[in-house]
This record gives sequence, C-alpha cells and structure tokens, in this order.
Amino acid sequence: MTDIATDEVLRFDDVSLHFDETTALDHVSFAMNAGETRVVFGAAGSGKTMILKTALGLQKADSGRVILFGEDVTNFKESALYPIRSKVGVLFQEGGLFDSLTIAENVAYPLVNQQARRNGDGPLSKAQVDARVQEMLNFVELGDTLEKFPSELSGGMRRRVGIARAVVTEPPLVLYDSPTAGLDPITANLIIHLIIKERDSRNTAAILVTHRYQDGHLMANFRYNPDSGQIEPAREGEGLGGVKTKFLVMNEGRLVFDGSETELRASQDQYVRKFVKY
Amino acid sequence: MAARAFRNIVRTPHYLDDIFIQMDVIGVGSLPIVILIGFFSGIIMGLQMGRALTTYGAQGQIGMIVSIALVREFGPVLTALLVAGRNASGIASELGSMKVTEQIDAMRALGTDPIQKLVTPRLIAMMFVLPLLTVIADFIGLIGGALIAYGLLNMTWAEYWSTAWRALIYQDLAQGLIKPFLFAIIISLVGCLYGMRTTGGTQGVGLSTTKAVVISSIWIFVITSFIDPLFFT
Repeated sequence: MTDIATDEVLRFDDVSLHFDETTALDHVSFAMNAGETRVVFGAAGSGKTMILKTALGLQKADSGRVILFGEDVTNFKESALYPIRSKVGVLFQEGGLFDSLTIAENVAYPLVNQQARRNGDGPLSKAQVDARVQEMLNFVELGDTLEKFPSELSGGMRRRVGIARAVVTEPPLVLYDSPTAGLDPITANLIIHLIIKERDSRNTAAILVTHRYQDGHLMANFRYNPDSGQIEPAREGEGLGGVKTKFLVMNEGRLVFDGSETELRASQDQYVRKFVKY
Repeated sequence: MAARAFRNIVRTPHYLDDIFIQMDVIGVGSLPIVILIGFFSGIIMGLQMGRALTTYGAQGQIGMIVSIALVREFGPVLTALLVAGRNASGIASELGSMKVTEQIDAMRALGTDPIQKLVTPRLIAMMFVLPLLTVIADFIGLIGGALIAYGLLNMTWAEYWSTAWRALIYQDLAQGLIKPFLFAIIISLVGCLYGMRTTGGTQGVGLSTTKAVVISSIWIFVITSFIDPLFFT
C-alpha cells in the first residue's frame, strides 16, 4: 500500500473509469498536498472533468483507489461521501447554479447544507448566513446581485457566483472545471484573478481544468498580495509560484504529463506542446 | 430509485416546503383541466348512455350508469392520463434540465441527496393530490351527467342523484381510490426516473419528456387491467 503524506489532500492510485466502450480514465495516478495547485490540460473528452468528478465520488472508479484527505473513498456509499465532500468546493463548467433559487440562496446553499455536518455544532443563524453570503458575493465583485436569479446574469457573472458558492464554506480543496471556457479574455482574466486571490488568501489546494495555457501560467507565476489587494508576479523563492503549481496533461483518458511549467515548456511530446502557447 | 424514494419518506431531512410547492404545482395547477375534462366526460357519458337506455325505456338508470362508470373507471383513468400528460412531462423536463446543466451533480457535491430533495417530495405530493383530483373529477362528471338527465331525459334532480348514489358500493369507492394512488406512484416515479437519467443536452430533455408521458400512460392502462379483475366479482 502506498504511504500517504499527512498533508496530502488528494491521491489517484492507478484509477480507471469506463463508459461502455469509452475509456474516460486510463490508469491515472497523481497526488497533491495541501496548498498546492494542479492545472489540468487536455483536449475535449480527454478525461479532465472525469478527474474532478471521480475525486468527488460523483463517478465511481472501475479500478484503482481515490484517496481524499487520507480516506480511501473509492467505494464509499453516497451518504458516506457527504461529510468528506463538504471539505471540497467545486465550480462546475456551466456554473451548476440552481435555476429556482436566487443568487443569495445559491451561495447560502452549502452553508445551510454542509456546515452542520462539518462542525457538528448545528446550523448557522440566518444573520450569520446572510453576512457570509454578502461577504463572498463582495469577494467576487457581485455584491449587488443577491435577489437576482441565475438566468438574469451573464455567463461570466454566473461563474463568479459559482466561485462564491464553491468557497463559501472555506474548503481546503477547490476544484474548478473550465472556469474560463467560452468567456471573453477580460472576464476570463478576472475569473483567474479571483481564483488566485482565493487560493492565496487561505492557502487552498486547487485543481484547475482549462484549455488556456495563460490560465495555468497565471496560476503558476502570480500571487495575491493582501497588502495591495492586487495580483502580482510571484518573486523567486516565495513558494506560491512554480514550486507549488504543477501541470497535468490528459490524452484519451491517460495522464501523459505531470510536472512543473518549466518541464511542460521543455517537453518534446507533440501532444503536450499543443497546450504551450503564449 | 423507487426504493430509496420510499425509504426517504421516513428519513430526515424532510423538505416540507418542496412537498407543498409540488402539491400546488400538481394539484392546484391541474385543477382547471381536471374540472373541465371531468365535466365534459359526464356530459358525453350522459348523452351516449341516455340514448342507448332510452331505446329500452330504461333512461331512469342513467344516474347509476354514469356514477359506476365514472367512479370505477373513467374518473381515475382520465384524471391520471391528464396529470401524466401535464406533470410527468413537467417533472421529466425539469429534472432533465437540471441533470444536463450539472445542477444534480452540484446538489450531490453540496451535500444533498437528489432523491431526497427532488424525487421524494414529488412522490408524496402526487400520492396525496391525485386521489383528491380524482374525487373532484368524479363529482364534476356526475354533475355533467345530471344536466343531461335533467335537460334531455326529463328526470328530476332527486331521481338522478338517488340512483347515482345508491348504485355505488364500498368496492366501487375502494377501486376508485386505490387506482389513483397507484397511478400517482407510477406517474411521479416514471417522470423522475426519466428526468434523472437524461443525457444528451436539450435533445435528451425532449426525449426524456416524451418517454415519461408514453411510459406512464401505458402503465396506467396496465395497472387498470390488473386492478379491475380483483373487483370483478
């Protein structure tokens, strides 16, 4: 059995997943520790989203082991997964916001449904929930959208609300599924800045699935400065940049690259090189 | 899914707000069409049966014929078919849309059992309101039959209601209430099942909606065919 580091948040051990004739994940193995970032590249249908869904237990692996916060969750029943899922925030590709709830209710949803399970000290009061929701919507610069419905917001705004909902319970691991897909460059950069800000404010571990090299480049080389409130280039030796950010490249369910940005840029693999663009 | 939906009826958390919302959507929302169809069913039955009975000079039995046919068969089946067309499709399309936009995955990721939150409230609401809708459809249908008996067959109100009421025995009422209860289970679970299994984007939602209506309608007739012989004697 593989040794598990005490600060390890997620480990895939030879994980495979199939749908009928299609192989979604093919013997995928990687691990990440608290505070680290993994940027996942890959063509459409290469298995990027399946990594996130399998990590959360939304899809069951056919073989191999998924270890989340030190627990082997591979064969956990759905009800047993709820407490451990409360330690993971997730932003779905389409936002995954509930159409029938207002923005405030969407962001409050994990607080109401998860907090009691995590702390065991009962639900938060309505005033506490409202205050936290307002704080998180201010964080994503949408503090005036409380009573709106998701259908009233643009795609970029929905993603930002999705980020607020993903991190409202302050989970130690956050999964972002293509947060910049289909967005204009300005909004896409704003989203990545928010993700960096969230990551560095609380030293959160994050997995970012994306098609855009610049998203990964920003994650690896920029940091949030709480003093200036700005995103700025990480200085050598700060630890927030290249050292803690690694890149994974998926191809037809296989993990074909796992390494730093420097190694990614130096790779001679034709498929891997397709994702290195300036 | 059906087993989990039933098991969740006695498990916490209970989403009472969702149950009441579904009762409103299914019950109050379906009421106008159920009243309309119930009324015209009674009129049509009164007209057709009245003509046949007049041939034998037995038009005085119109109340009995209308009440037995409505309470035993047409009330439950027509109401169930209407609710299947209106609500099995609604449930399948709503849940199907949630599935393809990852809202159901989000629900699971955020610590909520989608069966508990989405399926069980619809099941409970349907089991409660469909028998009530059926009783209302039966009564309105009897009023439709009464109008024909009074207007075209020269019967008094008292004669019609007396024969209609006396024709019914305990088994008729039991049959008329057991059926909608079973239909409610089928309509809600089939709608939820096809909704939750939706794949393939908006086209998949349309397909799930169609399947939900077709399959639940077929099951309504299959169940009727099995229930009727039990009360035949």
